[in-house]
Amino acid sequence: MSHAAAAHEHHYTSTGLDTWKLGFWTFIGSECLFFGSLIATYMVYKGQSITGPYPHGPEGVLDIPLTTISTFVLLMSSFNMVMALHAVKEGSRKGSIFWILATAFFGSIFLGFQAYEFTHFYHAGLSLGQNLFSASFFVLTGFHGAHVTVGVIWLLALWVLALRNKLPPERATAVEVAGLYWHFVDVVWIAIFTLIYLIE
Amino acid sequence: MSSETHPAAAHGHGEAEHAGPKTYVLIAVILAILTAGEVAVYEIDAFGAAKIPMLAVLTTAKFALVVMFFMHLKFDSRIFSGVFVAPLILGVAVVAALLVLFKVLPTMAV
Repeated sequence: MSHAAAAHEHHYTSTGLDTWKLGFWTFIGSECLFFGSLIATYMVYKGQSITGPYPHGPEGVLDIPLTTISTFVLLMSSFNMVMALHAVKEGSRKGSIFWILATAFFGSIFLGFQAYEFTHFYHAGLSLGQNLFSASFFVLTGFHGAHVTVGVIWLLALWVLALRNKLPPERATAVEVAGLYWHFVDVVWIAIFTLIYLIE
Repeated sequence: MSSETHPAAAHGHGEAEHAGPKTYVLIAVILAILTAGEVAVYEIDAFGAAKIPMLAVLTTAKFALVVMFFMHLKFDSRIFSGVFVAPLILGVAVVAALLVLFKVLPTMAV
């Protein structure tokens, strides 16, 4: 990449901060309020369902061991993501290709777990309109899953750029911003895992 | 860790060198241990009413570790921290206010 092209990748505000990162952190701040409203809705309706299936109890539908595994997978995908950013900054093309693909792969595994869970719930009689638990659960975790899906698509686009040798260290900010999004999706799940699955 | 990081001033744009692979591996191991701890707290009935505070501590620790080290807020400009933490606090406050409104106050009504 030429010096002019490299310079084009960085735009700094009067604060000296990269405009991409500042703008993206602002977006993530708005996402806090978005997921906060969904979590608040779930918490307010928690325990208010008058018909089953219920989340907890002897016949509860939530599968804690399975979700623990998917939570671990998503946490490790965050590790893969920081390693991908490190590889891009170091100029390691092989490392970039490997770690970006690993992150997208782990994200896909998480989505597979979620698809299995949703299907299992549906066959157990828990459709979107079945009760307050199902409505608030599917909306909250569904929006989270949609965010993960967007993240996987974003990562695959970066992976293609890495394959075509178009992710030099000068463009590390592009990977860093994708990483911010990915880690945010991870921390939202950290909260969801505790509030939905572990607190009865 | 100090050998893997450098002050922000060295980069001139308010953004410091981030942590290195050793730190990332350490954080990943800690996150895995904390997740196992959360599930242990959930499974052990003897914790009783202490379960929720314990889960809150473990979850907050995981959240903070990811944000500080993986999202690099520990090393980046504090402006980024402010842009993230202010709406986060507002979001948590909204959740708390709604819980008080719909869960706590109805139980106090005569």
